[in-house]
Amino acid sequence: MASPTLARRRAPPDPAGPAGGTTSEPLWLRRTLIGIVLVVLALFLLLPLAAVFAEAFRGGLATYRAAFSDPDALAAITLTLTVAAIAVPLNLVFGIAAAWAIAKFDFVGKSLLVTLIDLPFSVSPVVAGLVFVLLFGAQGVLGPVLQAHGLQVIFALPGIVLATVFVTFPFVARELIPLMQDQGTADEEAALTLGASGLRTFWRVTLPNVKWALLYGVLLCNARAMGEFGAVAVVSGHIRGETNTMPLHVEILYNEYDLGGAFAMASLLAGLALVTLAIKSFLEWRYAGAIASAAQR
Amino acid sequence: MQVQALGIVKRFASGGPAALAGVDLDVRSGELMALLGPSGSGKTTLLRVVAGLEAADEGRILFGDEDATTIPVRRRGVGFVFQHYALFRHMSVADNVAFGLTVRRDRPSRAAIDARVAELLRLVQLQDFAGRRPGQLSGGQRQRVALARALAVDPRVLLLDEPFGALDARVRRDLRRSLREIHDATGQTTIFVTHDQDEALELADRVCILRDGRIEQVGTPDHVHDDPASAFVMAFVGESSSLPVIVSGGTVRFRDAPLPVPAPAWPDGPAALHMRPWDIAFAEEGGLTGTVAMLRRSAGGRRAEVRLDGEGGHLVEVGIPVGAGVARGEAVRLAIRGGRLFPAG
Repeated sequence: MASPTLARRRAPPDPAGPAGGTTSEPLWLRRTLIGIVLVVLALFLLLPLAAVFAEAFRGGLATYRAAFSDPDALAAITLTLTVAAIAVPLNLVFGIAAAWAIAKFDFVGKSLLVTLIDLPFSVSPVVAGLVFVLLFGAQGVLGPVLQAHGLQVIFALPGIVLATVFVTFPFVARELIPLMQDQGTADEEAALTLGASGLRTFWRVTLPNVKWALLYGVLLCNARAMGEFGAVAVVSGHIRGETNTMPLHVEILYNEYDLGGAFAMASLLAGLALVTLAIKSFLEWRYAGAIASAAQR
Repeated sequence: MQVQALGIVKRFASGGPAALAGVDLDVRSGELMALLGPSGSGKTTLLRVVAGLEAADEGRILFGDEDATTIPVRRRGVGFVFQHYALFRHMSVADNVAFGLTVRRDRPSRAAIDARVAELLRLVQLQDFAGRRPGQLSGGQRQRVALARALAVDPRVLLLDEPFGALDARVRRDLRRSLREIHDATGQTTIFVTHDQDEALELADRVCILRDGRIEQVGTPDHVHDDPASAFVMAFVGESSSLPVIVSGGTVRFRDAPLPVPAPAWPDGPAALHMRPWDIAFAEEGGLTGTVAMLRRSAGGRRAEVRLDGEGGHLVEVGIPVGAGVARGEAVRLAIRGGRLFPAG
């Protein structure tokens, strides 16, 4: 532990027992509750995760490596990373814009906008995918126009990016809105009275004030963008080596009874998610002081 | 810099109630002016209109001879201090103070900025805290940083919105004195908003009292306290209580008993007599009878709330002389020695 404040923050409850702690629940109750949580965590989170990796390495390291020498697998990895690299920055911008508008301004239809931001969470990803097919597909509303210009959206990269952007839209905005609302507009007003332009106020005041929430939002958005299955499955068309993302590739391999390949790919996907979590935890640990001071007024 | 507000009208919802219903205010150059009023009186709105943080629906703001009405806030050259400081929490104290200088188009040299920041931190007595973050400072220290930050840009007018509202009494007192000293040292035209009459009376050169978006009175602290223009000002500034009286032929009567309050040229009929606590005294005999309903002690002195006998059950506030013994529930006699008449209402 590098920072003393962190050590204090993470310190376990007072071992002196009920009399010394802030809670008055008896020891057996606390132990039982903690035990239940641990069992649930182990059963539903740790065990499946371990199973993925165990299954992936069952055939040995050579088989595991072989699974990734398949060009289709490599294409899926490349596609997933490409989609995330496009969708996450887009949602970063959209999320900041939406949160900024909602938190700092009053306008007609604001509550409707807040509801709409949650739409991707409440709508089934499959429905979202279908919406894009209906809009941009060959028989879709915009299909003829797109075809006339030689643009293909559905069963191609643009469609996959669109579906991913839709599904991951709320993450950044949801993370920012409560914080920005809580912080109010006084800091921005102060910067304006001091002569800063709107853009400079944004870069030097607003953005630093929300950078941690923004980072969490981006990391969660990224994890979901790489892992999205439903919406992407509808718009991708499952063209091997072209429109297969990693989750889709896992499913295809699994359906073909290539368990080794499926779990190898799944382990890589899970690994990417774990890396995301690890980055988040590391940043939390490294900048605990800065985060704490950002949280207080 | 003289600051004038001319006929300012501001509504937050079109067709809704006016937060400011035609306000004219003239703040002289170098003056320390207090905007005093209850919450919802429009004092903060007026301050924000002067700053340019709100746009008035009607009226004009003049800085000296210049019409500042349409100058955007970032070019208006005001220093604004917020109630909750609004310090940039990710910057050090020194960077906070330097902010206004670094975002300028004619940005001074690093050395000039450093020198100015050091000078301002000395002015607010925080020279040892330059490297700290706002989160590591007390409330009073944060407000000093906010003041230094606002002063750094050499504002044409310094505006403070309830600057001491979030602080405890002791810190408040110290900060009031600092603000007065800084004002005297810099001669900066300053307008501050407060709902605390003591703060306004103690600190300001002149006090502007607002009510429901209108100005009730503007004057020196002595003037508004001793010569209030309305019953509202009398009740809001300082302690007072009132009784319904009848004026007839220049004589003021309460329940037919004449009172020693002059009422020349006052039309016959009902009126309201407002009295400061020392306008009423305990008497040995005669006068009004009543019962002590409550006793209060404040830093300023002791007060007895006396419920008068007879119909109406009027409560009046009486100053208790030093050394006098009065008990709750005691029957007392009161003599009214003075007061001010206002129209009944």
